[in-house]
Amino acid sequence: MIELKDVSKTFTLHNQGSAAIEVISGVSFSVAPGECVALTGASGAGKSTLMRKIYRSYLTQSGAIRIGGVDLVQAEPREVIALRRDVLGYVSQFLRVVPRVPTLDVVAEPLRALGVPVDEAQARAQELLSQLNIPQRLWSLSPTTFSGGEQQRVNIARGFAHAYPAMLLDEPTASLDAENREIVLSLIEEARARGAAIIGIFHDEAARARVCNGEIDVSCFTPEVAA
Amino acid sequence: MTPLLSVQGVTKHYGAHIGCADVSFDLYPGEVMGIVGESGSGKSTLLNCMAGHLPPDAGQVIFDTRGDGPRDTLTMSEPERRMLGRTDWAFVHQHARDGLRMGVSAGGNVGERLMAVGARHYGDIRERATDWLDRVEIDSDRVDDRPTTFSGGMQQRLQIARNLVTGPRLVFMDEPTGGLDVSVQARLLDLLRGLVRDMGLSAIIVTHDLAVVRLLADRLMVMKSGRVVEAGLTDQVLDDPQHPYSQLLVSSVLQV
Repeated sequence: MIELKDVSKTFTLHNQGSAAIEVISGVSFSVAPGECVALTGASGAGKSTLMRKIYRSYLTQSGAIRIGGVDLVQAEPREVIALRRDVLGYVSQFLRVVPRVPTLDVVAEPLRALGVPVDEAQARAQELLSQLNIPQRLWSLSPTTFSGGEQQRVNIARGFAHAYPAMLLDEPTASLDAENREIVLSLIEEARARGAAIIGIFHDEAARARVCNGEIDVSCFTPEVAA
Repeated sequence: MTPLLSVQGVTKHYGAHIGCADVSFDLYPGEVMGIVGESGSGKSTLLNCMAGHLPPDAGQVIFDTRGDGPRDTLTMSEPERRMLGRTDWAFVHQHARDGLRMGVSAGGNVGERLMAVGARHYGDIRERATDWLDRVEIDSDRVDDRPTTFSGGMQQRLQIARNLVTGPRLVFMDEPTGGLDVSVQARLLDLLRGLVRDMGLSAIIVTHDLAVVRLLADRLMVMKSGRVVEAGLTDQVLDDPQHPYSQLLVSSVLQV
């Protein structure tokens, strides 16, 4: 489902003396439907960089990243937009929303973008929000004023509203208490069971051991720092 | 898939100065594209050239018309282009006063565009105008008031209602949230996003506000000195800018 071949990333900072920073190189691996692979490595190893490349928030100059038959390295913007809408979900670390939009609509939006009718999309959003213990009295409010953990859960509800065949999860259990962590892990297990291919970053080792069936140490791809 | 709008090599000079030079891109149905750049970078010139307000020196602006498929709007006859401007195209000006008739009631402003495409029944026109005022969150008891009695944010929302009432397929927007305070901006962004999604609109938005494009646009073009220096997916251009100028632009934003 997700396949990376010889992917590398160099940032060129034109306004800082054209410094070229090679973050990762020669990354190749693949994730089949129903698999969940964890990216590991110390902070700064390039885990999030790699994940953003797979989502195509970061450009990739060489190699190939194939998801569901589309090569993201070569794809036109409209192909990437369609892929993100239908196939590839991403739960980032931070929730980014239009201010003032009610939580219920924020969660229902990925479904609305797919053309699901309002009632149906909102019903699914309600189901996820109650599952994730967001009190009903908050659903009509914008999540911008919520606590960190609540925002995180709203973000997860939004990410799981549509049953994406491929998902990227950036620290989905960070800043959650034990009960909610448990719920998020079971959502991930359910997604695997229905055949989603998942790539995740988990600092929580117990969580990683429970939901993942493979690990990729990103520091193997970090180029040796030249003296 | 046929692009809704295909812009090819659009160039406009002001004497020896470059307004915009050799701009080309395709916009597909349902896409929202942002154009950013500092003032004087040519983004408004480009927008006005595309929308038929300014004649470019060179290039083509090919629109996929309902009746005859893709046609170069620059070589269309004036009445044809004007008809397009009343039906399938809409233009939201930065200053609502430029897009409204200030001496006509709010309902009249919305109804006028309907009448331009042939609506004649007063009751129907009034009903649709009221419906649109409601959609842009203007109280229906203000339908007979003139826009001169409205706040800046209300005028901007009225301008949007006037533009969208005929169900256009392509909307040009010039700094639609410029000059509005942030709480009004947020309302307008929410409104625009909902309209784009529910009506399947395509839009081209000129702005200097990167937060606005991040929330509204799927794609982004960065302009500098009349030229497009970088184009791509919005989050990619903002999170991993490639051109020195885009890097400077993104790193210059103050964090709130």
